[in-house]
Amino acid sequence: MLDFPRWKVAWIWGVLLVLSALAIPSLLPERVTDRWPVHPSRINLGLDLAGGSYLLLEADTNDLTNSRLESMREMVATEMRRATPRIGIGDISTRGGQLSFLLRDPSQVDAAREKLLAITGGGAGLTGQREWDIQVVDTSRFILRPTAAGLTQAIDTAMGDATEVVRRRIDELGTREPTIVRQGSNRIVVQVPGLQNPQALKDLLGKTARLEFKLVDERADQAEAAKGRAPIGSVILPYPTNRTGVPFAVLKRPTVIAGDQVADARQGFEQQTNAPNVQITFNAAGGNRFARVTQANVGKPFAIIVDNQVISVANINEPILGGSAVINGGFTVESANQLAIALRSGKLPVALKVIEESTVGPDLGRDSIHKGILACAVAVALVIAFMFVTYGRFGAYANLAVVINVAVILGVLAIMKGTLTLPGIAGFVLTIGTAVDANVLINERIREERRRGRSVVQAVELGYKEASRTIFEANVTHGISGVIMFVLGSGPVKGFAVVLLIGIVTSVFTAVTFTRMLVVQWVRRTKPKTMNI
Amino acid sequence: MKLLKIIPDNTNVDFVRLRGLAFGLTLALSILACVLVGYRGLNYGVDFVGGLMIEQRFASPPSQDRVRSVVDAQGAGEGQLQQFGDARTLTIRLPAQDGADEGATNAVVRKVTGALSRQFPGSTFSRYSTVTGKVSGELIRNGLLAVALAVLGIALFAIFRFEWQFGVSTVVAIIHDLLMTLGFFALTRFEVDINIIAAFLTIIGYSINDKIVIDDRIRENMRRYRKMDMREIINLSVNETLPRTVMTSLTILLALAALLLLGGHVLRGFTAAMILGIVVGTYSSIYVSSSLLITLGLRADPDRERIGKRDAMEGAERVGPRA
Repeated sequence: MLDFPRWKVAWIWGVLLVLSALAIPSLLPERVTDRWPVHPSRINLGLDLAGGSYLLLEADTNDLTNSRLESMREMVATEMRRATPRIGIGDISTRGGQLSFLLRDPSQVDAAREKLLAITGGGAGLTGQREWDIQVVDTSRFILRPTAAGLTQAIDTAMGDATEVVRRRIDELGTREPTIVRQGSNRIVVQVPGLQNPQALKDLLGKTARLEFKLVDERADQAEAAKGRAPIGSVILPYPTNRTGVPFAVLKRPTVIAGDQVADARQGFEQQTNAPNVQITFNAAGGNRFARVTQANVGKPFAIIVDNQVISVANINEPILGGSAVINGGFTVESANQLAIALRSGKLPVALKVIEESTVGPDLGRDSIHKGILACAVAVALVIAFMFVTYGRFGAYANLAVVINVAVILGVLAIMKGTLTLPGIAGFVLTIGTAVDANVLINERIREERRRGRSVVQAVELGYKEASRTIFEANVTHGISGVIMFVLGSGPVKGFAVVLLIGIVTSVFTAVTFTRMLVVQWVRRTKPKTMNI
Repeated sequence: MKLLKIIPDNTNVDFVRLRGLAFGLTLALSILACVLVGYRGLNYGVDFVGGLMIEQRFASPPSQDRVRSVVDAQGAGEGQLQQFGDARTLTIRLPAQDGADEGATNAVVRKVTGALSRQFPGSTFSRYSTVTGKVSGELIRNGLLAVALAVLGIALFAIFRFEWQFGVSTVVAIIHDLLMTLGFFALTRFEVDINIIAAFLTIIGYSINDKIVIDDRIRENMRRYRKMDMREIINLSVNETLPRTVMTSLTILLALAALLLLGGHVLRGFTAAMILGIVVGTYSSIYVSSSLLITLGLRADPDRERIGKRDAMEGAERVGPRA
């Protein structure tokens, strides 16, 4: 029992001091640590303490299914036209979650099937599973249905891309240290500390920013179009800012240029009117294509479409060879800037919707920190006084352990770059209480053993030994609820669970191992015949 | 120095004899809690029912009627006002907006905060949150799942480490603790939000911790005094651990009291739940769970000491650090 080798003493002190030291950067203001040659990792403050916005975004998977069908429709139409000999198809529809079309010549069934297999990845995609089911009914009608596996794969890819796009857009807003994490199959959690008005952010994330250039169908019958009937090969899209007052435009279906060919987009001003606009620069392929299209269609009008809404219609006065274009559409500086950000950060592969949101003002956050720290300090002081009054010297050892434990938890939280939330502060207070419980167990046991007439050394030894088993069991049960909270809890509850779990591990070390060392050193030094406990 | 002893040495209360009384009281209170929850219902936060919550801080204590009329004039449904902490802070709750369109919800938040800061100069919003029905359903489901899993997991642990009677008596006591806490929430109309789930889980963890300490002592005494009557063993064990039970509960209550009085209004419900849970948990540890062991027929029969159990015990003794 009295055998406590020097290396072990050094080791225990070493671990505790190093871990406590790691907490120091988090306690200093950021402007101080920023000047250090090495940037130490520090504890982040949760949104409830720092103020800021939390958004839970959910992808509209129906939207993704539809856009997947649409792009398959375009691909099929192009590929069938390019085939040699050309495969004539008609009556294409994408209703009911499937793509169906009719072969003009039923004898081309085999050729068409071969083409389709090539388009849909030979029947096996990356996952080794078919992404599309191909079916032939009545000898000449093809039906393509996305498979569940293919859809899951597509959603997964889209969410990965969407998270990236969201990150780029938020970075453009210039806020500091946003957290953007995918959650589950179709959600993204966005946390932006310090953001007071999440409106701009939500407007920005609400745009998929799908940019398209299409030629205007000049021969369309406007009266028919007003009834919602488009000529074959054309589409009707809303055009709310049309100066002629017609709230729609009839456009040729093929997309001449798409947003993924944009290399850059900036907000600028019209030279003559000084009206805000968006100036876009195409990448090399996009620039070439734009030059070719404008060359072939001089004098004809084309439309610029964002998210299925016509922004502007302009005449191609001359071939545009410079690889850049300007969008005018009755913008304000703000809306033009937003569109520019959205375009240069790429389009969202899937529409996102805010399903949960919370914003905490900076005053409340600051208030919560101050009150939390005050409550913690008072709690520690009360516990310390109570322990000392009850157990004397042994209480003082426990108190030293509690103080070190608080520092160690902060240190561990800092290495993990953990987040401290308001419930996390409550977790601290609770951990202080439960860490003391270990010492209460030990000290009460020592008292009992002394009453039974055991010597000081025996009582201390038995006290630690018998209490350790109970402490272990108590901590396991505590750990079980902590782990469950961590796994199932959201946001603030997780913050509570993290502190609780770290506290469980560190408190065993400080409250048992560390105090035992102190007690042993005292027993060895003074060889007491009796003890006041 | 004279040290404080809250429980005098050699205290010997016949807790087992009191168990008829304790069971009756427990049953009555549990039924009362159920009736309260069923009749008055719980005041769920927006986390659990969906909708939006705005917390506004005013320059001076506002007239609630005036705030209510300003909020209701925005045409976003009937606002529920609640005062929190100091008199200058009010939370306003509004039902989920039709169509669950985020645009509509945003507009309401803007309208209400705008109108309030116009009508009450110097007032600012402290926080707001909006939750759609879809998310709130998930939060409820996850919360209930977490509580159920915690009870189950810890009961399994107790059964694995001890006899089955310990598992059952612990679960009964825990359900009692949770019912009491729920009854308290129904009575006080404190808001039940996602943080309360964390409080529940902590109460469960703490309460079980308390019971395991006593159970552990019962097991130890069963082995030490093989001839002793089970009633005596339980009385002895509860009395022996009584100083620790009371001491620990008091320490944690001290810490929580600091949090309740000084920690700010955001955590008030959370801390109140925890304090009540600890008081109730201590009561159920002393009066309910250990006495229930007798009712469940736990016997100190040496033949039932299985070899496996003893191995588990000795294994556990090595878990603590060793000099």
